[in-house]
Amino acid sequence: MTAALQAQDLAKKYGRRWALRDCTLDIPAGRVVGLVGPNGAGKSTLLKLASGQLAPTSGTVTVLGGPPADPAQLSRIGFVAQDTPTYAGLTVADHLRLGARLNPRWDSALARERIDRLGLDPGRKAGRLSGGERAQLALTLGLAKRPELLILDEPVAALDPLARRDFLRGLMEATAEHELSVLLSSHLVSDLERTCDHLIVLTDSRVRLAGEVDELLATHHRLTGPRRDPGRLPADQHVVSARHTDRQSTLIVRTGGPILDPAWSVGRLTMEDLVLAYMEQAAPAPAPVPAARPALAVLR
Amino acid sequence: MIWLAWRQFRAAALMTAAALGVLAAFLAAGRTSLLDQYERGLALCGQGGTCERFLDRFFDDHQTPFVGVTAVALLLPALVGIFWGAPLVTRELEAGTHLLVWSQSITRTRWLAVKLAFVGAAAAVTGGLGGLLASWWATALDRAAVGFPLMGPLVFAGRGVAPIGYAAFAFALGVTVGLLVRRPLPAMAVTLVLFTAVQIGMPLLVRPHLLAPVHGTFALSPANVDQLMRGPDGAVVVVADGRVPGDPGAWTLSSRIVGPSSLVNVAEPAPGGAVVPVATDTGPCSPRVPVEGPPEQGRDLCLDEANRLGYRQDVTFQPSSRFWALQWYETGIYTVLTLGLVGLCLWLVRRRQF
Repeated sequence: MTAALQAQDLAKKYGRRWALRDCTLDIPAGRVVGLVGPNGAGKSTLLKLASGQLAPTSGTVTVLGGPPADPAQLSRIGFVAQDTPTYAGLTVADHLRLGARLNPRWDSALARERIDRLGLDPGRKAGRLSGGERAQLALTLGLAKRPELLILDEPVAALDPLARRDFLRGLMEATAEHELSVLLSSHLVSDLERTCDHLIVLTDSRVRLAGEVDELLATHHRLTGPRRDPGRLPADQHVVSARHTDRQSTLIVRTGGPILDPAWSVGRLTMEDLVLAYMEQAAPAPAPVPAARPALAVLR
Repeated sequence: MIWLAWRQFRAAALMTAAALGVLAAFLAAGRTSLLDQYERGLALCGQGGTCERFLDRFFDDHQTPFVGVTAVALLLPALVGIFWGAPLVTRELEAGTHLLVWSQSITRTRWLAVKLAFVGAAAAVTGGLGGLLASWWATALDRAAVGFPLMGPLVFAGRGVAPIGYAAFAFALGVTVGLLVRRPLPAMAVTLVLFTAVQIGMPLLVRPHLLAPVHGTFALSPANVDQLMRGPDGAVVVVADGRVPGDPGAWTLSSRIVGPSSLVNVAEPAPGGAVVPVATDTGPCSPRVPVEGPPEQGRDLCLDEANRLGYRQDVTFQPSSRFWALQWYETGIYTVLTLGLVGLCLWLVRRRQF
């Protein structure tokens, strides 16, 4: 099976500022991939590079086995951009017509059925739809194109919690039905927690963590115990973050092996804990965090 | 893709078509009476030899619509560039919809090529309709418009087929500026400034040289002399007005009064004016000489005297017989410029830097 997305030293520079650098990824097909990171971390840049909208400054990206900007690839990749843009002056029906005219694999039955189910009036202008309805219209366009990889940039950012849940549910159903790979970004972990089986954490224009969610959760542990120097842990335990009080240390470590030291009480991490640990690590540390470097090395 | 281009352009196209239709209807209605007046006037004045006066009055009576129609034909290309060209891509960039349309299964080059061809053709047609409509309506006035010669920079650009080229160029310029500036309002402003600069530069720097100007020497007559004045030392100052005798529509590039031979230095106290050594207290140029008949006759006597002494008007000009040749030349130049800009647009959008 070919990979959904592979990137090798991918980098993009705007003027003198790096929006993304040293990005090396290998995402297998058939996954729902969550891309999470703070605003301005480079998520949109990575997604635009992956969808062929942007040309990289250096490095390469291949999607479904080929360069994303290749005209032959266009019909295989769907992209719903940030803020789910639609033509304000065109009606819902016009948008479906646009999709039908510009896509050889257009599934008009799927599009019409989705619009019906969502209760969108085909005669309504897109400019008069609510944010949630517009997002649904954009997602319908993306799905009815019948891509093999659907890329969505913060599709739910503008939605209220209920619309957010409906949107993600709609996406999940469609994913299951059409066996497509999805790459989805958000700055909220909670959006991704229920939907994703693969996770990428991007902060400060670099990829900090990438992998299958189950595997990541199984290999990261929270250790709580008497205060000690994180440098004296066994060699296979990489410290992601460390927090110390006078008497106690709380570490988040990554390790393939079991934690044998009885002094630690070992806790499981949620996806949110995991993401926050990696995000914190990239942020300018408020307290001395000597473990920052080795954890970075884990990624390489 | 043509469907989308049409769907997005529909409102603007229909509005422009309606406006041009209304204008055409008005002009068609007015044209008949205009031609009628002109022909009747010419028939009447032919007997009395007062045609110059009739043409002056005829033009004065219709100067406002003449200037208005010419202005419309001149401005249409600029408007097309500002309101169709500049927003073509920038409006998509502003709303983010470029990302929607570029993520369909169509290359962005093809997308832009179709839009450029479709809206560009409409732009050329609009500009052309403006120019041809103005030419058609103003046939009679263009013959009478002494102060606005047909070949002059102002009227020439608002007539004939050249506006086709201007409009296509303005449109392509607007799109190119939009792709570089990326925001609608600044792109519109920059397009206006650049297009105006090109339209001013063309008659100043290029058009006079497209065909080698004609050089002519003409006797002084009421057809090329504006007024006679009493100059210093009691001599006559003849002020030529830069018209070409026998070709009122010609575009005068330079005009001066020359003496009997190159050895005689002609003093020029005012632009277009020249001192002719004829006394004004006595002789043909004296205002006190009793003359029978209309006042113009005394003036003619004085000019006859200046001509007898060998003073002539020396003009370089583009004759009105070259109107269509220059029109097609210019249309060709603007077409080439337009194609260059179209190539630049396609290259810019292909670079994937948006």
